[in-house]
Amino acid sequence: MAILVDQNTKVICQGITGSGGGAFHTKGCLDYGTKMVGGTSPGKGGTKDVNGLPVFDTVAQAVTATGANATMIFVPPGYAADAICEAADAGIGVIVAITEGIPVLDMVRAKRYLAGFHGKVKLIGPNCPGVITPGQCKIGIMPGYIHTPPTAGKKNVGIISRSGTLTYEAVWQTSSLGWAQSTCVGIGGDPVKGLDFVEVLELFQNDPATDAIVMIGEIGGTAEEQAAAYVKAHVTKPVVGFIAGRTAPPGRRMGHAGAIISGGEGTAASKIEAMRAAGIAVADSPADIGRTLLEAVRS
Amino acid sequence: MKIHEYQARELLAQAGIPVPPSRVIESAKAAAEAFKAIGAPVQVVKAQVFAGGRGKAGFVKLVKSAAEAQAAAEFMLGHRMVSVQTGPEGIAVKKLLMAEAVEIAHEYYLGITLDRTKGTPVVIASAEGGVEIEEVARTKPEAIIKEHLHPHLGLQPFQGRKIAQKLGFTGKQQNIVAGIIVCLAKVFLQQDAGLAEINPLVLTPQGEVLALDAKVNFDDNALFRHPAITDLRDDSETDALEVRATAAGLNYIKLDGSIGCLVNGAGLAMATMDVIQLHGSSPANFLDVGGGVKAEGAIEAFRIILSDPKVKGVLVNIFGGIAKCDLIAEALIKAGTEVGFRVPVVVRLEGTNVEQARVLLAAAQKQLPTMQTAVDLNDAARKIVAATSRA
Repeated sequence: MAILVDQNTKVICQGITGSGGGAFHTKGCLDYGTKMVGGTSPGKGGTKDVNGLPVFDTVAQAVTATGANATMIFVPPGYAADAICEAADAGIGVIVAITEGIPVLDMVRAKRYLAGFHGKVKLIGPNCPGVITPGQCKIGIMPGYIHTPPTAGKKNVGIISRSGTLTYEAVWQTSSLGWAQSTCVGIGGDPVKGLDFVEVLELFQNDPATDAIVMIGEIGGTAEEQAAAYVKAHVTKPVVGFIAGRTAPPGRRMGHAGAIISGGEGTAASKIEAMRAAGIAVADSPADIGRTLLEAVRS
Repeated sequence: MKIHEYQARELLAQAGIPVPPSRVIESAKAAAEAFKAIGAPVQVVKAQVFAGGRGKAGFVKLVKSAAEAQAAAEFMLGHRMVSVQTGPEGIAVKKLLMAEAVEIAHEYYLGITLDRTKGTPVVIASAEGGVEIEEVARTKPEAIIKEHLHPHLGLQPFQGRKIAQKLGFTGKQQNIVAGIIVCLAKVFLQQDAGLAEINPLVLTPQGEVLALDAKVNFDDNALFRHPAITDLRDDSETDALEVRATAAGLNYIKLDGSIGCLVNGAGLAMATMDVIQLHGSSPANFLDVGGGVKAEGAIEAFRIILSDPKVKGVLVNIFGGIAKCDLIAEALIKAGTEVGFRVPVVVRLEGTNVEQARVLLAAAQKQLPTMQTAVDLNDAARKIVAATSRA
């Protein structure tokens, strides 16, 4: 089953010809087996990208020509929020915004625009590695091979994370310990984003193919605290977590735009406490995420 | 990005917010001259620094003569300011702001920031001004007024009036304050601010409303479209190594500990700092080298980390996804040879081509005798903590 994307998802890449890595990562997705069907680059419509995929001027044209229902955005930060809105307007249902560095207020406005589509559009990101349903569809920059598609005899873990490489650690650990992953969702490191922990937890809770959930958070904001409350009230599957940034100093932006402890709010300690109080097993070390999952499922 | 009070006051004044006129001075002699030029009997001298706690540290002074102004300026420019926010070494003060002292009947707090939960900016206002708003939120939460900006409409005039009324203003003053609030919101939105704060906004005994302090921070992601704001940048309070790292395109934050970190990915970098503490030591820095770990980047990263005299060892933690571990290992070995690993270095690599990487690192053992490899992050942390405790 999985969530958000599967073997039928048809994906375009917005910014496919630019210097942001669109073509390179489109190839990575193609190699993984994703149905990459084209891309957009305003002014370059009618040409083909280096992968031989058709390039269109607009998302609307791309959708009409290819039937695409998802997009992977590599458009540069100054134009990326517009690209998100364009995709929604063109009828795309899953928007994966990889771009880092989008101005916060652009995302505030784009998010409000998306709300006008009443749930028909799901945004993942921005500033994220993407989403992958192993064995079926990869939209993003993650290394596909570390993921384990659902296999007979293996349990499936769903992963939600604000980080990139830290997520790959969790995938690597769970794969090494004999688990498969149903879907891994990188919700990204920005303060204003599309799907947050709560929305993805709901999707995993309702996904028959997901047996347990790993959530990887970090300092900044209160999304993990809200997630903890949601887990306590609505999630029956085992949930395991890790929070990065126990040693982060307050007031500093730790790489991710959203990773900042502000006005005393958003500390790792507060998140860990809320998660543990909700029955989520929180690993103390990032090297123990896989182990913590095994123990949580056993008990 | 931060700007100084005098720059923020200028920005707000240009937007139509009532800000008392001020002068910026850089010498004790100029302070005496400014006092005479301003002409008011009582004036205030304020250090222009980013760190808070100026008042308590004695770097905001009321002066009643040119001589007093000169003495205050001499003190502030001649001594490093030490406050709860600066650390024991304190910071050097280069610029002072002087303005007429204003009689205060009441102090208010007015600020605009992003409400992450609601995904839109919010006005935070309180009739309990002059102190840290977090203090008010803690002790008197009912005194906090919040009004959210519409993501597309911004702050509407009726919202400004709503807030002004809740603050207790009536009549003409209510309209003036409403106007100030709407103005502040416009500045916030137009300049892509992350925070725009007036604390205190004061009511004088004569019924005038004035901004006596101003603080504006900007969204770093939006600076590309604000060249005039970017020109206001002052790096003098930023750690020199951090300035150097930014110039090299490295995401580096200096901390206080003894174990340097070199990691790819912000989340993993934070987690690496955390695991060092978990094993009994403390991180010397945050460093995200980003996607591709190339030799030049690794060389400069090591140079910067090893420039910190507190660093007794370095933990390298790289997860090679798209980036291949063997190429990363080559980059690290080149950096080690170029820079010299005079302290213990523990390298933990995982991901694509990790076996080839391990072979390369083992072969480099002789030329880099202080380097060890580790199998996972716990092992890496244990090894580096042990190696640095022996030192």
